[in-house]
Amino acid sequence: MTDISARDLPLKDIHLAAGAKFGPFAGWNMPLTYPAGVMKEHLHTREHVGLFDISHMKLFVVSGSGAAAMLAKACPIDAAAMPIRQSKLSFFLNDNAGIMDDLIITRLGDERFMVVANAGNAVADEAHLRAVSANFNVVLEPLDRVFIAIQGPEAAAVLADAGIDTGGLVFMNGFEPRANWFMSRSGYTGEDGFEIGLPEADARALVEKLVTDERAQWIGLAARDSLRLEAGLCLHGNDIDASTNPVNAALLWAIPKELRETGTFIGADALRAAIAAGATEKRVGLKPEGRQPVRGGAPLVDDDGNSVGRVTSGGFGPSATHPVAMGYVRADLAKPGAAKLFAEVRGSRIPVEVAPLPFTQHRYFKG
Amino acid sequence: MSKTYYTEDHEWLTVDGGVATVGITEYAQEQLGDIVFVEAAEVGKQIKKGDTAVVVESVKAASDVYAPVDGEIVEANDALSSDPALVNSAATGNGWLWKMKLADEGQLIGLMDEAAYKTHIG
Repeated sequence: MTDISARDLPLKDIHLAAGAKFGPFAGWNMPLTYPAGVMKEHLHTREHVGLFDISHMKLFVVSGSGAAAMLAKACPIDAAAMPIRQSKLSFFLNDNAGIMDDLIITRLGDERFMVVANAGNAVADEAHLRAVSANFNVVLEPLDRVFIAIQGPEAAAVLADAGIDTGGLVFMNGFEPRANWFMSRSGYTGEDGFEIGLPEADARALVEKLVTDERAQWIGLAARDSLRLEAGLCLHGNDIDASTNPVNAALLWAIPKELRETGTFIGADALRAAIAAGATEKRVGLKPEGRQPVRGGAPLVDDDGNSVGRVTSGGFGPSATHPVAMGYVRADLAKPGAAKLFAEVRGSRIPVEVAPLPFTQHRYFKG
Repeated sequence: MSKTYYTEDHEWLTVDGGVATVGITEYAQEQLGDIVFVEAAEVGKQIKKGDTAVVVESVKAASDVYAPVDGEIVEANDALSSDPALVNSAATGNGWLWKMKLADEGQLIGLMDEAAYKTHIG
């Protein structure tokens, strides 16, 4: 099942030796599952520690005297006001306030930031950052790193026992613990955890040490998806894209209130208009009745069969122990219990409830 | 034990008195991963070879299981509604998917035996 046009991860040999099955994702051959299988991998992450190779994601260093101002133009973020070490979720918006990508931005120093972008958008993101940077005194440096996520309630203990100093990080903080390393306390599972970007040789030494700890095991992309879906986290390309804005996507919380009103970031006028007009549809959690999963792409209809929305991600939640999904519904239906909805799957209608997100409570370490 | 036949789509069937029991192979269940739901076969339905008889849902995706021959579905495996993971743990046993009355036993001749199937999956 290897896609020959896709790129291989630098640690491919380690995943092969661990028994990974590979599949294509965003131009990369990614480990989808390991021999334990998606269900056990998912539950292991929630109980102990999952190791994820997320080297498909792209890291950029933005530095220079204009770094904060450039990021405040490219993203709806007050980069100059961020304390050093703080990480923030933000977006590249287009002129219609559509979400071209979602990103994590960390302030590393007075004039130095790390931007972590999605694999599928890495090329477009770099071009966008370069275009915006033309008007600022900044240096944009795309990094070539192995990127490993260590996720789960025992993540801090496993790293400590491996002799890795996590620098007293709390959730959504990051720093450079040594030359060419980047570490943040963040992730895509809803659990406490860390993401570490580092050179390949260092990564080999690190994961070799981590896998000797029986609390830690490799987790594939399939469980990464079920974990993030239970945690209510968006997958760009599924749940958000250039046609959805932060108002409809229920992500306005990531944009500071003052910026919504007075910001001059790209897409600011369109965002203000969208806020003034109100959400036309809203991203919500969806809980299918019964055991049958509903998948992304399934239309949502009301009792009379009228279209009221669509499922954007769906599957089975191993920790929730029932099917879980998210999608968009007409704004007046976007409250739990507001209406009886159905997902159309292969010609039959499966009742779904609008459900609060996340499906499994976040367990971040906030200090 | 009656002979087991196999298809290129990784289904197996055994035939007893003109009724075939159909399931997916070990290879197929491994490829699909953890099964969380099986859409029950529709008893009484006439199906043609290649029609979708059952849909199995893993954590990640839905997959069609095709009728290996023509016939009428006479029984669905009710145990799968409460324990769909039987398809993983007992793919060629208690995890069978449906039983069908064969329209033409001659169609069995076109199917693979175990040795041919093993060659097919490599």
